[in-house]
Amino acid sequence: MSELTFETTLPAVRVQRTASRLRPGPLLAVTFLAFLIIAALAPQLFAHSDPLAIVPHDAFHPPGWAHWFGTDQSGRDIFSRVIYGTRQSLFIGLAATALAMGIAIVLGLLGGLGGAYLDRGVGWLLEILFAFPSLVLALLFVAIFGSGVGPLIVATGLGGAPGYARMVRGQVLAVRNAGYIEAAVALGHPTRRIILRQLLPNAMRPLIVTLTMGVGQAIVWASALSFLGLGAPPPAPEWGTMLSMGRDFVANAWWLTFFPGLFIVLTTLSTTVAGRYLQQRLEGRLS
Amino acid sequence: MSAITYSNARHERLARLARRATWRLAGGVLVLWAVATLTFFALHLMPGDPVLAILGGASGNPTAETIAQATREFGLDKPLAVQYALYLGRLLQGDLGMSYSQHLPVTQVLAEQSWATLQLTFSALALAWLLVLALTVLTAGRGRWVSSLASLAETLAAALPHFWLGILLLAVFAFGLRWFPPAGSDGWRTLVLPAVALAIPLAGFIAQVTRESLELTLEQPFVLTARTRGLSDTAVRFKHALRHAVLPGISLSGWAIGALISGAVVIEVIFSRKGLGRQLYQAVQAQDLPLTIGISLAVAAVYVLANIVIDLLYLWIDPRQQGKTA
Repeated sequence: MSELTFETTLPAVRVQRTASRLRPGPLLAVTFLAFLIIAALAPQLFAHSDPLAIVPHDAFHPPGWAHWFGTDQSGRDIFSRVIYGTRQSLFIGLAATALAMGIAIVLGLLGGLGGAYLDRGVGWLLEILFAFPSLVLALLFVAIFGSGVGPLIVATGLGGAPGYARMVRGQVLAVRNAGYIEAAVALGHPTRRIILRQLLPNAMRPLIVTLTMGVGQAIVWASALSFLGLGAPPPAPEWGTMLSMGRDFVANAWWLTFFPGLFIVLTTLSTTVAGRYLQQRLEGRLS
Repeated sequence: MSAITYSNARHERLARLARRATWRLAGGVLVLWAVATLTFFALHLMPGDPVLAILGGASGNPTAETIAQATREFGLDKPLAVQYALYLGRLLQGDLGMSYSQHLPVTQVLAEQSWATLQLTFSALALAWLLVLALTVLTAGRGRWVSSLASLAETLAAALPHFWLGILLLAVFAFGLRWFPPAGSDGWRTLVLPAVALAIPLAGFIAQVTRESLELTLEQPFVLTARTRGLSDTAVRFKHALRHAVLPGISLSGWAIGALISGAVVIEVIFSRKGLGRQLYQAVQAQDLPLTIGISLAVAAVYVLANIVIDLLYLWIDPRQQGKTA
């Protein structure tokens, strides 16, 4: 339904213009994401002090020249911690999204190609998983397998999987009857090859956008779990863990929680804006 | 004659709605059974001895006799299948067992805590919709600048994690300006900050889809017809366009209930509010099996019910959907 409306409302001229020129919003978003990736790979380029170094007489410095984002209760530099935290936070977000998509592809393919009974079974499984709100599912998972970065990734991935699976299944059903699939079948290609070469790439294309945005959401959910103390254990420079540590001092040292949270917001915002730009470009190419 | 066919059609429509509601309820019961089964078996795989959790953790140093007695008392010496059958039997009678950590019936804990969470989530949902309607109806299709400014605000709102927003609100309005109490769950003043923290990100999500669909609706021929009949712009927006434009937002509200409950866990912890979310968090940490299962079931039941209501609401607002989604 939404595809139909897009076609009728976006004139071709406008699509071409957005596709050829990068507007300031997407440009900023992509720049910030690039900055994050560099910070994740080589944090020492931006942050010069040790994120774990304790300097007791420097505790609770408000943001200033010496410490851009201030210091925490042990005198650790918040800016360094946020920069060094990028690696783990990004990794958790990417890994959780990848896991969610992996589960979703398996369920979506089973549902979309496996015949009526299997499809109904997958439908039921999804409905059951949907009845657990993501954080409740994640809490249950952490209850069973303990806390830490590994379970955190799996818990966040599991929480996101049902939503993606529903989309994959819809896409597979839509692509399954396309002319090129029929052609591939008629040419006598083996089923496995058709699924890998034709069906999946075409079914996944619209999902690239959802995935881009999903990484941001996964970082938010993972930091919610870390915030509850179920993720990376305390002095680790991870954004959610930092928020959780700063929570006790919120009345007199706002910068402990403000800056890690700001990075989470900017990351989510960037993935959303970049994802939408990608969507416009893809749709522009398709129409 | 025409009156009769009209009332017949109306009657038939109601009957169809009722049939659909019955089917959905039956499906919902099955989903809840599956949820109960899944949580029961999953949590019995949990490492650690539940008996120790009952007796207050390993630090309590219980004697062998008290352990044996508690094991018998809570039926933990029976095989898992028997425990499951007994659990289901009790569940059918509305008995969810005794909480290990609070030594109270789980149903009693649920009854005490649900109201606070329902209050929080529904005021957040209502506030979110209020924000959405105000923002979209006033700004949709009003020129490029207004539109892009409002859409920037929505994107930003949707990107705000509620726990961060909660902490910021706490720092500014509770500790800084002292307008609202920082913690507690008595009275409307304690409800304001948590509800706002949950509502703003949600409003961002719903407003994005509602704006898009409102802008599409305002270009429809029937809107032009209404304008040519001399209706004011406000009347066109509220009476004619809105009904069409809220549909995607309403179907998103089903997802929103789940997101709100997830959010409530964190928000209740931040604001030290009474409620199911914080209770679940504590139950998980205390390895309190019956309470964890009980709250998960209650949450799933609310979610399933809310989605049935939303499904019916959808059909009621847009009767065209009836043929399509049967």
